[in-house]
Amino acid sequence: MFQVADQTKKPLTMTIIGGVDKDGNADAQDRIEICRGEIIGIVGPTGSGKSTLIADIEQFAQGDTPSCRKILINGEPPDSQQRNDPRKKLVAQLSQNMHFLSDMSVCEFLRMHAKSRGKDPDLASRVIELANTLTGEPIDPGHHLTILSGGQSRALMTADIAVISDSPIVLIDEIENAGIKKQEALRLLAGEGKIVIVVTHDPMLALMASRRIVMKNGGMTKIISTSKQEHSVFKDIEKVDCWLTGLRETIRQGEVVA
Amino acid sequence: MKMVVVAGTPGSGKTSVLIHAVRDLLRAGQRPALVKIDCMWTEDDSRFKRLQVPVAVGLSRDMCPDHYAIYNVDEMLQWAKSEGADLLLCETAGLCLRCAPYPDKALAVCVIDVTCGPNSPLKVGPLLTTADAAVMTKGDLVSQAEREVFRERIIETNPKCRIIEANGLTGKGSSEISELIRSWPQISGEMLLRHNPPLAICTLCTGELRVSKERHHGMLRHLDGFMEYSGE
Repeated sequence: MFQVADQTKKPLTMTIIGGVDKDGNADAQDRIEICRGEIIGIVGPTGSGKSTLIADIEQFAQGDTPSCRKILINGEPPDSQQRNDPRKKLVAQLSQNMHFLSDMSVCEFLRMHAKSRGKDPDLASRVIELANTLTGEPIDPGHHLTILSGGQSRALMTADIAVISDSPIVLIDEIENAGIKKQEALRLLAGEGKIVIVVTHDPMLALMASRRIVMKNGGMTKIISTSKQEHSVFKDIEKVDCWLTGLRETIRQGEVVA
Repeated sequence: MKMVVVAGTPGSGKTSVLIHAVRDLLRAGQRPALVKIDCMWTEDDSRFKRLQVPVAVGLSRDMCPDHYAIYNVDEMLQWAKSEGADLLLCETAGLCLRCAPYPDKALAVCVIDVTCGPNSPLKVGPLLTTADAAVMTKGDLVSQAEREVFRERIIETNPKCRIIEANGLTGKGSSEISELIRSWPQISGEMLLRHNPPLAICTLCTGELRVSKERHHGMLRHLDGFMEYSGE
């Protein structure tokens, strides 16, 4: 229904140059190249440094964060406008923070966000329409942001990224924690020809990625490419997940499971 | 000598941001001295002292903290010089938000907390509108969209200022702040305040405790915005 427009079709590679783990030891993976159209997973136990890696990418770290990592775009350090100006920003991020703090209406907020990204404020209604395909309880443009549920907030943020932010690099932190349709959300965000980096504990999302970076004690310890065997496991999980989603919906609607 | 004035509402993260910036400045071979201005109480000097740089504290107590900071600029500069510093960093609260403690030749930095909501850039007044740089803190607590909306609000309020996203816990943004400080020119000659101070002295300043209207004189503003002069 919605086409996620891709800003530029130019080739884009992102390179992560390794830094150090929590004890100051060098990352075992000292250089990771990621191309357009790839979905990359970041996995590891809680506290292993997944969110730190995401933060390094979000701000295009140049050796100036605690991890000392560097992020290059097409082999070069990005300029400061690409790092900071939302109109030029290459990165859109769906963070773990599920609640809005702004005391504004949904519509007012989205219009303001579109303006900050140099986009048409009328995109706001498209964002709301799209968000409502991802979540159970519909969001009204007049609702105050602060009263939205976790699932509604996550759906709104997802739709906002797809429509307004529309950057070629998308970072997702723990999408499974929210009450929204996760594969649909991921597919929507992945769009066409984007680089998608997803932090996850969820086997299905991790195996949807072509490669996954394994984190331990703050360091990037290894990279696993999703094998054919893993891909067939993914197909099985998808079926199970589809069945579970159906059951969940049946129960939600107050019906009886047949 | 260079001078930097860092102002912002209480709890916005001024001290934490400064601590990271000072570490960066020290690595770059600068010799900073720090003055912390507060009203009633502070223990930030003990946090600053761990950085092994000269630290002084000024408590304004009964005096307006902005007036106190400005009144003592010469003294602070002399002290910094006597400590062998080439850079004076002055952290001050900026409490009533009607004026701003920025001399024109100093680098004026306003620290502002994004969790205060997108209307806060409109509320802080000259503290933000006359600043050279706005440092946004606590961005990790909100979504990217909210950070960008907040940034847009700052630009609406002060289109010329440089915006730096910083994190007082991780030190994000400190290298950008330190770079800005290093590129700032030296102070010279007579300095002027950037913003007009508020309407003269009020009756409360002179110690009036009685609440009723007829006890108050000077330039007064009514709830409906009507202004009048009462007195001799």
